[in-house]
Amino acid sequence: MALLDVTDLTVSFDTPDGTVKAVNGMTLSLDPGDSLAIVGESGSGKTQLAFAILGLLAKNGTAGGSIRFDGQEILNLPESKLNAIRANEIAMIFQDPMTSLNPYLRVGDQMAEVLMLHKGASKRDAFAESARMLDAVRIPDARARLRMYPHEFSGGMRQRIMAAMALLCRPKLLIADEPTTALDVTVQNQIMELMADIQRDFGTALILITHDLAIVAGSCVKTLVMYGGRVMETGATDDVFAAPSHPYTRGLLNAVPRLDVPQEKLETIPGDPPDLTALPAGCPFSPRCPASHEPCATTMPVQEAFGAGRLRACHAAREAVA
Amino acid sequence: MFATKSVADDLAGAAPVKGRSLWADARARFLRNRAAVAGLIVLLLVAAFALIGPLIAPWNNEDIDWNVLGNVAQGGRPSLETGHWFGTDALGRDLFARTVQGTQISLLVGIVGALISVIVGTLYGAIAGYFGGRIDNVMMRIVDVLMSIPYMFVLILLLVVFGRSLLMLFIGIGLISWLDMARIARGQTLTLKGKAYIEAAVATGVRPFTIILRHIIPNLLGVVIVYATLLVPSMIIYESFISFLGLGVQEPLTSWGALINDGASEMNNGTLWMLLAPLFFFVITLFGFFFVGDGLRDALDPKDR
Amino acid sequence: MSAPLLETRDLSVTFKVARQGGWPWSPPRELQAVKQASLRLEPGRTLGLVGESGSGKSSLARAIVGTVPVSDGRVLWRGEDIVSMDTAAQRAHGRHVQMVFQDPLDALNPRMTVGQIVAEPLRTHFPDLSKEQVRAKVGQMMERVGLLPALINRYPHEFSGGQCQRIGIARALITDPELVVCDEPVSALDVSVQAQVVNLLQELQREMGLALLFIAHDLSVVRHISHRIAVMYLGRIVEVATASELIANPRHPYTKALIASVPIPSPKAERARHRPVLEGELPSPMSPPSGCVFRTRCPIARADCADATPAVMNIGNDHLVSCPYHSSTEASPL
Repeated sequence: MALLDVTDLTVSFDTPDGTVKAVNGMTLSLDPGDSLAIVGESGSGKTQLAFAILGLLAKNGTAGGSIRFDGQEILNLPESKLNAIRANEIAMIFQDPMTSLNPYLRVGDQMAEVLMLHKGASKRDAFAESARMLDAVRIPDARARLRMYPHEFSGGMRQRIMAAMALLCRPKLLIADEPTTALDVTVQNQIMELMADIQRDFGTALILITHDLAIVAGSCVKTLVMYGGRVMETGATDDVFAAPSHPYTRGLLNAVPRLDVPQEKLETIPGDPPDLTALPAGCPFSPRCPASHEPCATTMPVQEAFGAGRLRACHAAREAVA
Repeated sequence: MFATKSVADDLAGAAPVKGRSLWADARARFLRNRAAVAGLIVLLLVAAFALIGPLIAPWNNEDIDWNVLGNVAQGGRPSLETGHWFGTDALGRDLFARTVQGTQISLLVGIVGALISVIVGTLYGAIAGYFGGRIDNVMMRIVDVLMSIPYMFVLILLLVVFGRSLLMLFIGIGLISWLDMARIARGQTLTLKGKAYIEAAVATGVRPFTIILRHIIPNLLGVVIVYATLLVPSMIIYESFISFLGLGVQEPLTSWGALINDGASEMNNGTLWMLLAPLFFFVITLFGFFFVGDGLRDALDPKDR
Repeated sequence: MSAPLLETRDLSVTFKVARQGGWPWSPPRELQAVKQASLRLEPGRTLGLVGESGSGKSSLARAIVGTVPVSDGRVLWRGEDIVSMDTAAQRAHGRHVQMVFQDPLDALNPRMTVGQIVAEPLRTHFPDLSKEQVRAKVGQMMERVGLLPALINRYPHEFSGGQCQRIGIARALITDPELVVCDEPVSALDVSVQAQVVNLLQELQREMGLALLFIAHDLSVVRHISHRIAVMYLGRIVEVATASELIANPRHPYTKALIASVPIPSPKAERARHRPVLEGELPSPMSPPSGCVFRTRCPIARADCADATPAVMNIGNDHLVSCPYHSSTEASPL
């Protein structure tokens, strides 16, 4: 059975400027221990998808559809029940670790609190486990570091602490939202290695949310490409990169310069990221799509399966096969 | 930030379009805020009262109604027949006319005080903050020194030494009202200084004073205006306090503070209207300014963009 | 050889940082953001400047543009020292050197219309132009960067990030500068928009003969756009070479680590990639290591690396590296 089953999820926000439709009918599933990269730009709804899974939507947000975790429906659960699931079963790492660490509390106290709250551990055990966990994310001299405050760590170290904190309760699913965007490349490398180790050592399923295709290539088994709150295509990472099936994926892959192969000129995707208050009735990518034609702007293509467990939603790609 | 691309796409070859400035955005947000709009309407009514009042008042504010003198508690009651709509004061002068006149003075004091603070304080703070370093240090220490002087004492001294006059009152209030504003403007300038558009201007070779006037002050104005609307009532309160002490505007001129003082001292003689009439205007004006200030802060808050 | 368009000679930038808990009059500590950086940039060429945060690349750029003071060394513009010019001459020089910033919205005054923003450098340097002339030039420039001139009266917040960056580029180019310093111009943009801006910069460079100083932390982008690349670490330039040479044949151990850290958008290449993780943390620029600044993290550090700052060596083909043991490392990680 799948660990996480998201079916037809919608998320929208009421704002003074109109209704912002962040997620528009997402379906995805993730097996225990699996890793899935969700690739998207700003306005793709990738972060709101994660927030919906964790029940962290802002007050003006409404979510519809279904999210089943371990066979249990968790969408729109009351806060008390969600709290038991969050951290215990699903944990999240954010882009900026400073926003989720309390600057006035020692790292050790913050970590121990999680264990004491969720697992009812004694203070002594909680600290011992916290030290072990810092050790596991390769923070040297873990015992002494527990007594330090968040600002005394570098960005990379803080992200390690976030990872250690997320792993304290041995969650079944770890969601990492742009964990390396704020970090330098050499540090990014260290953190991505860490993510791989975590997966191997703890058997945690991983959802990596990112805009950076290059990071995805080396880290996740499956890839899902989002645009305008919808799934554009999904499949095994190797297949998606080797033979991108959606014009958006192809465009993204060609738009980033590569260090290993020199390019004369970068291919571009014209236009700007989608306006979530005024999405087209059809495919959200259609205004920028080179293959866009008659049905694209008016009818949303259905998700169809093809190849080895791949899915895509594109009129042009389907017609090309037919 | 959202609804722009489609508009931009529709415009190929069209004539220049008028943009929606941040001020226009703020105005729309302000008008959506009911409490703030109600506050604004109240303020407009008070202002209208101060301006139109003299034209419709049946009595002059200086004239004594000899009919009611000596029998103010009975004859001086508010009534439509005698023309004393708000009643009379203890000397038999028409309270409506006096309230109108007091409103004029109080509003004037509040607005002049706030204006001085906006102009002097903003410029002073922006200059100190923009140039920074030693200039900033010296300028802000001057503010600190001025602030550490017990200003009420100085104001009273001024009024005693130079005599009580409206001008002296303005000078006294003007001397102190800009200090807080200077600090606020400086703090804001320090954050603005880190913005890349300031750096772009410096890199291009725009002169420092042009940068202050073109880039810093317009971006300070949001905060400054909000603070100024909250400053108006505090100026009115200061003036009232001074008038309450008997050092404010001179008879026959009056202000809310002086009227409230007079009314309060007659409270036990069964002439409560003398207190209530000016107090009513005083209170609704303060609330009006507070609501408007609140609404402006929400409307101009850049975080909402 | 004639003088290059821009040359820095032993340029240093030092910031004064107030001592924590000190008295107001106690002397501040010094932070060496850039130390003895020497660079050359020819007209119409692109020099890429890469380095991680804290490497001093932005400070170096700002010293060249003149928004942070130079504490030592010289900045030569066509052989003439800018640092020793008087203020008025420096302001006038601003016409030739313009800047494009990282956060496009932050770089535009929210209270000004796009037209006013783009016109500002023009109004500063050519105050005699009539309103119509300014308007016409602004319209032309907007068109050139791919914006509709009809949008001239709109405000920055009504544009997307990519469009704001185009406005920033239009402002930088309106005075016909010879050098544009781009500080991370694409790193705040969406992936699909980055390519648009990179291509636009390259196009404009060809059309207008611009020289670009392109600063970024993303080596892939820098390699794509630059003719030459300089690598910075902790305020020092550790290696300079042509773009292809630097990627194919990096000599400094830091450059190698940097190249090895860049992920490649291809699962096959990623699996094959040898990933030596650079250990340790960036030392504080307040108290940099003695001798070679990279020695605390360097895989080939020797005892004598702590003694003296390594000299810059030209190893042929205009490839400069400041590591005496550069030949003892393996080939390119790619």
